[in-house]
Amino acid sequence: MEPRRLVFIGVGGQGNLLASRLLGETALSAGIPAVVSEIHGMAQRGGIVESAVLMGDISSPIVSKGEADVLIGFEPAETLRALPKCNSDTVVITNTRPLPPFTVSIGQGSYPAVDQTLNLLQSKVKRVIALDGNALAEEAGNPLSLNMVMLGALIASGTIPISEEKMKETISSSTKEAFLESNLKAFDLGFKSVQ
Amino acid sequence: MHKLLTNETGKEMLLLGNEAIARGALEAGVSFATCYPGTPSSEIPEQFFNISKETDLYFEYSTNEKVAMEVGAAAAISGLRTMVTMKHVGLNVAADPLMTLAYTGVKGGMVVINADDPYLFSSQNEQDNRYYARLSGLPMLEPTNVQEMKDVVVAAFELSEELELPVIVRTTTRLNHIRGAVKLGELKPVKTKTTFEKNPFHFVCVPAVSRNLHKLLIEKYDRAMEKSEKWPYNEIIGNGKWGIVSNGVSFNYVSDAVSDLGIADKVSILKVGFSWPLPKELCGRFLRQVEKVLVVEELEPVMENDLKAIAQEKGIAIPIRGKGVEGLTRLFEYDPRMVRNAVAKYFDVEFSPTEIVDLSDLPELPGRPPNLCAGCPHRATYYAVKEVYGPDAINPTDIGCYTLGLLPPISMADLVICMGSSVSSSCGFSQATEQKVVSFIGDSTFFHSGITGLINAVHNNHKFTLVILDNGTTAMTGHQPHPGVNTTPLGVELTRISLEDLVRGCGVKDVHVVKPFKIKKTIEAVKAAMEYDGVSVIISQELCPLFARATGQARKSKPFYVNHNKCKNHRICVDKLACPAMYLDGDRVEINETLCIGCSVCAQICPENAILPVKE
Repeated sequence: MEPRRLVFIGVGGQGNLLASRLLGETALSAGIPAVVSEIHGMAQRGGIVESAVLMGDISSPIVSKGEADVLIGFEPAETLRALPKCNSDTVVITNTRPLPPFTVSIGQGSYPAVDQTLNLLQSKVKRVIALDGNALAEEAGNPLSLNMVMLGALIASGTIPISEEKMKETISSSTKEAFLESNLKAFDLGFKSVQ
Repeated sequence: MHKLLTNETGKEMLLLGNEAIARGALEAGVSFATCYPGTPSSEIPEQFFNISKETDLYFEYSTNEKVAMEVGAAAAISGLRTMVTMKHVGLNVAADPLMTLAYTGVKGGMVVINADDPYLFSSQNEQDNRYYARLSGLPMLEPTNVQEMKDVVVAAFELSEELELPVIVRTTTRLNHIRGAVKLGELKPVKTKTTFEKNPFHFVCVPAVSRNLHKLLIEKYDRAMEKSEKWPYNEIIGNGKWGIVSNGVSFNYVSDAVSDLGIADKVSILKVGFSWPLPKELCGRFLRQVEKVLVVEELEPVMENDLKAIAQEKGIAIPIRGKGVEGLTRLFEYDPRMVRNAVAKYFDVEFSPTEIVDLSDLPELPGRPPNLCAGCPHRATYYAVKEVYGPDAINPTDIGCYTLGLLPPISMADLVICMGSSVSSSCGFSQATEQKVVSFIGDSTFFHSGITGLINAVHNNHKFTLVILDNGTTAMTGHQPHPGVNTTPLGVELTRISLEDLVRGCGVKDVHVVKPFKIKKTIEAVKAAMEYDGVSVIISQELCPLFARATGQARKSKPFYVNHNKCKNHRICVDKLACPAMYLDGDRVEINETLCIGCSVCAQICPENAILPVKE
């Protein structure tokens, strides 16, 4: 299979590591070779968390600058910060709900307006899918299910050969009973927001 | 049952590199494991800790890496298969036993996992520990992907027993923290107890014994070389005239570059999996079949220099280059694009790299450095100490989450070099300068290597205040226990050592135990400590809120909010604490109720008493 390089970017606590791991599990169960790379440790303390999933005929576990096929951003300013990963053919899927860093509170730098961020993204890459992931997660009944919303949008984008059913199987088998319904609903809401 | 205990041979699982290492050890029948945690190695012992609760595996979080190495050495010398894991700088701490353990050798297989950290994702330096193999004379193996991380560990145990030497398996952060498919092998039966056979003229390293042992080690080197020549993970791939040599994660970048550039028929790749001793004959064969060589290795030019020496010895005069070729530096991690560019440049292959989008009109983005969590007790302690000592005191600090006290507005970190250095460097600062010295160390780090420095401080009549930030866990590496931890919530019963007793036992007369969320009392204690003429210690006790939540010990406090009728917008809360639960809405401070854990520190320092607990 032609390699697909996906970059997940988020802020500590948003759950992008789980999203990339579940995607890796799904690829494996669908018979697609996949490697997932993660950053653990100090970088996770409220900082930026990046993970990557590389699928198909490729053995490198990370994505270089300009080489992401898909960028999935869990926070709009972080999506923008990760733009160097993109080229003009990249598909960007971004949450639109800001989570300003504490540096803004203590007057170091200002947070970019979301519509300006989206316009910039749109002017640079092939396609931008923007959704208020937090609103959909809340609608699903679990504010922590943002990662499921984003996975739903990713699968619906048609950028990777993973079906809705396969992805849901993995979510079902790896989610605790108490969160299963809301997680699946969050996935569906993310999925539908793209169609 | 722990997922790594599954006995389905041939099953494919998506495993983290560190899980694959643990699985490899289990497949080799490991019965004894020790470690001190450290990113990027920490998930290996995490598996062992959980597995030891349901099997006969003996596992311990040792006090530090030297202790872990010595505990493990005795088990291996007695005949048990043993694994000892640590990060690269941990091997500095364990280097003393390791160097002479190479002389005594082992009876049961002993595998030392050494995790290097190119790019310093979570470390104080990016030293290249391949030099340790050369320094100690011990064999070193380097896997290139997750499957190999498991398989190489299994083979490493066999190798260790054949050579009767500890074997070092070197990984890098990228390998430890990638997930990939792993085909499982069979779990071997475990030998859990053994009998030590006395042999003092082999194991008691006095000069007369060690002279013989050094000779033995050098003989073993020759046997290790024979193993390296036939090692299945050393491999020449292809038979083209362009030679590329690579190891570890970089091997993947090289393979992808060769395929992206469509030059597979022109290239020979030497993949090095047994990196010390480097297989001389295999390297010679490789050097003879190519016209020029590019060495792709992260960090130091270790293989590059070795290959140049081998070429000289064998009279092969071809260009061998690595560092300095098109972006290949001694710094940081490599990546696929960088390696593709270097290969194309070195061998003069035409290709057009993907263009990165135009970034010239991107707005400047606010930084998002890592930060102490909302309700982190370190923030409260730092606040109290700064109120008393002010900004001019020297603040030696140490390694842990609290190193983040470096960042504004706390800005209380002046020197960090290694675990435990806060205490000993305070001795030097207080003697060499007239400045006040107040230093910080975490509970786990204090047990690891702060104790000897503190004894030194008391004995040599130094004068400073040491603050021990006791959050009841080893927080930054993922909440491992240490000797001062109540381990009952973790499902094991280990003996807890009182930090206060220990500090008093070191001879410290002025000891204050404080609860940092009680700001006034903490400030009083800091004042008293500052007045004391000698070494004073403040033990600041409050559980890490993440650990407390994960183990069902969370405080049941209401979150706080800002009452805008009272708030006069001094912003002392934000300017002095910068808690991530606070944010600005327009020009007013607000508190995110989901993030706030109700530590009440901001409420205590607000001059208008405008920060109040949320009502039901």
